Amino acid sequence: MAEFVMPILGADMEAGTLVAWRKKPGDAVERGEIVAEVETDKGLIEVEIFTSGVIEKILVEPGAKVAVGTVLAIIREEGMPGDLVPSPPAVSSAVPSLPPSVPAPAAAKQLGPAVETARRRVSPAARKRAASLGVDLDAVQGRGPGSAIGLEDVERAAAERAATEAAAPAARQARVRQTIAAAMARSKREIPHYYLSTTIDMQRAVAWLGEQNLKRPITERLLHGVLLIKAVALALREVPELNALWMEGQAAPRSAIHVGVAISLRGGGLVAPALHDADRQSLDALMRGFRDLVMRARAGSLRSSELSDPTITVTSLGDQGVETVFGVIYPPQVAIVGFGKVVERPWSVGGAVVSHPVVTATLSADHRVTDGHRGGVFLAAVDRLLQDPDRL
Amino acid sequence: MTRLTYREAVRGALREALTRDPRVFLMGEDVGSYGGAFAVSRGLLEEFGAERVRDTPLSESTFVGAGIGAALGGMRPIVEVMTVNFSLLALDQIVNNAATLRHMSGGQLSVPLVVRMATGGGRQLAAQHSHSLEGWYAHVPGITVLAPATVADARGMLLGALADPDPVFIFEHATLYPLEEEIDERAEPAPIRGAAVRRAGTDVSLIGYGGSVGKALAAAQLLAGTGISAEVLDLRVLRPLDTPAILASVAKTHRAVVVDEAWRAGSLAAEVSAQIGEMGFYDLDAPVARVCGAEVPMPYARHLEEAALPQAGAIVDAVREVLERHG
Repeated sequence: MAEFVMPILGADMEAGTLVAWRKKPGDAVERGEIVAEVETDKGLIEVEIFTSGVIEKILVEPGAKVAVGTVLAIIREEGMPGDLVPSPPAVSSAVPSLPPSVPAPAAAKQLGPAVETARRRVSPAARKRAASLGVDLDAVQGRGPGSAIGLEDVERAAAERAATEAAAPAARQARVRQTIAAAMARSKREIPHYYLSTTIDMQRAVAWLGEQNLKRPITERLLHGVLLIKAVALALREVPELNALWMEGQAAPRSAIHVGVAISLRGGGLVAPALHDADRQSLDALMRGFRDLVMRARAGSLRSSELSDPTITVTSLGDQGVETVFGVIYPPQVAIVGFGKVVERPWSVGGAVVSHPVVTATLSADHRVTDGHRGGVFLAAVDRLLQDPDRL
Repeated sequence: MTRLTYREAVRGALREALTRDPRVFLMGEDVGSYGGAFAVSRGLLEEFGAERVRDTPLSESTFVGAGIGAALGGMRPIVEVMTVNFSLLALDQIVNNAATLRHMSGGQLSVPLVVRMATGGGRQLAAQHSHSLEGWYAHVPGITVLAPATVADARGMLLGALADPDPVFIFEHATLYPLEEEIDERAEPAPIRGAAVRRAGTDVSLIGYGGSVGKALAAAQLLAGTGISAEVLDLRVLRPLDTPAILASVAKTHRAVVVDEAWRAGSLAAEVSAQIGEMGFYDLDAPVARVCGAEVPMPYARHLEEAALPQAGAIVDAVREVLERHG
């Protein structure tokens, strides 16, 4: 049996509200399939599963807010027998009994999910309305027969919440702000950053892009941003120690390169969801993925893996016209790459000064993991890759 | 519009049918010289003669079977069975013949039979004349089961039943015969499909039929005085049940109290409750409640009989329970 747990969808997420199940007990699930929706400060997140099998049992009801790591459902993995197939008696007799030295609390904790708590009395209509209104039933007081929660109770709770939110329209934004504040404060408190900067000639890249886009319909045109993302992803293959997560006091290298792309939200704040396996995707695929991420980030419907998977972040404030960004690393990542606006600047070519489009690339990296030399090698690789856009 | 009793409305419909269609005839115990056990057919023998208003021996199986035969032969018989308790003697004819012949003949045989019978308690006629067994008939595919609760339906549904090519059973609650209402005597036959909302409301659905509709309306009136808005749904047709109407009412009020004079276990109220549970579950804001007859053979003593039957007060109590609020 495998456990499907409340995922960490942000460095500082401690709990999430399970809003809805997309699957029910007995349903088959495939690795990567969306099985539940979880409400966090970043919005409604579609949570994927990483085990293929069959949902054996659902342990957390919609509406419940539970801590990160709480088991939400039990999955019978592929190839494992179901309840109807009795396990051979030899197996159970072979299980050694627990040594008496095992402390009781630990044993009790293991039994946790199996202990049934009294089911709250909630009318079916109230449960349905609560799910559609996003009301947390745990916070609703039941005033119906036998203290059951009825429609009226849910609607009152929703009205009270609406009143609170109307009184403080910035409440949600404030929560987003708090989340960012906590992550960035932790980053600056714990991560010894070093910063490198280099100016990259974009003449070839911009010309190549112009040529490519002439051949494409407007909807399939490439932005120079995807060239930068792809160059970063490929450069990471050469300096893999920057593609890592800091966990339990040491760097854990990551083999897959999932580039988090910083997206500013309309109401304020930002998210940096992942473009998965960015080094192995074509520019077109990256462009499609990027457009999709921006749209869904702003609609508040990102997926769990997109928020929890990034192994590095790329940020670009180019639109606003600044030339240089010194990024703050998003823990537990160990590096962030920044790009400024592509600008025409005097550029020396073979002794002559000409005007070229250039971009300033910066690297903020965790000095516990890498040193300036390796960071320099990385930025140089980004530069080199951008000089040959055909091969990106 | 004419002010008529339920009894007069049924008699009027019988007269109308006998006048209009020479294939129609009435047959049953004491329907002729005596004018019917509930005086429904009084005067019809004199008006239409012994060929068309026929007294029968006290043998339900025989005369219901004769009615089926006559219907197969092209007639349009109306058979009166004195009470539903007595109709049990004709169950074989009804369940094994009337209900099955169209199906067993591959549609070749038609049994356009109408059977009327009195049902229900409240008249101190004790345990062999007072039960509500129409729910048993509603269990049987192949027949239509009607329970007119208003004077207009008493007339209109009988005419509607005569127009149906298959067997129709009409259950007339015996306490309704003196009920008086204004009706249009020239109205078209009433549909013999579909329930009717007799009073619209928003807080709870009172679902009943026949003799229970009046009690539900009385309860709704009492509840209105305390600020509770009850909807009263008259099922009218017990087979086939108007499931969409039941679900629509529950979707609106989110609470249901089913009123049925029959014994609770295995009752029509159980079927209605099950349908709400199956198809209206997510609309429910409280468990479905039932107000049914006590599970005893009907007592003779007046106070015991009253206690054994659903009354407006018990319906009000059940509504208060499903609407109970704390704080």
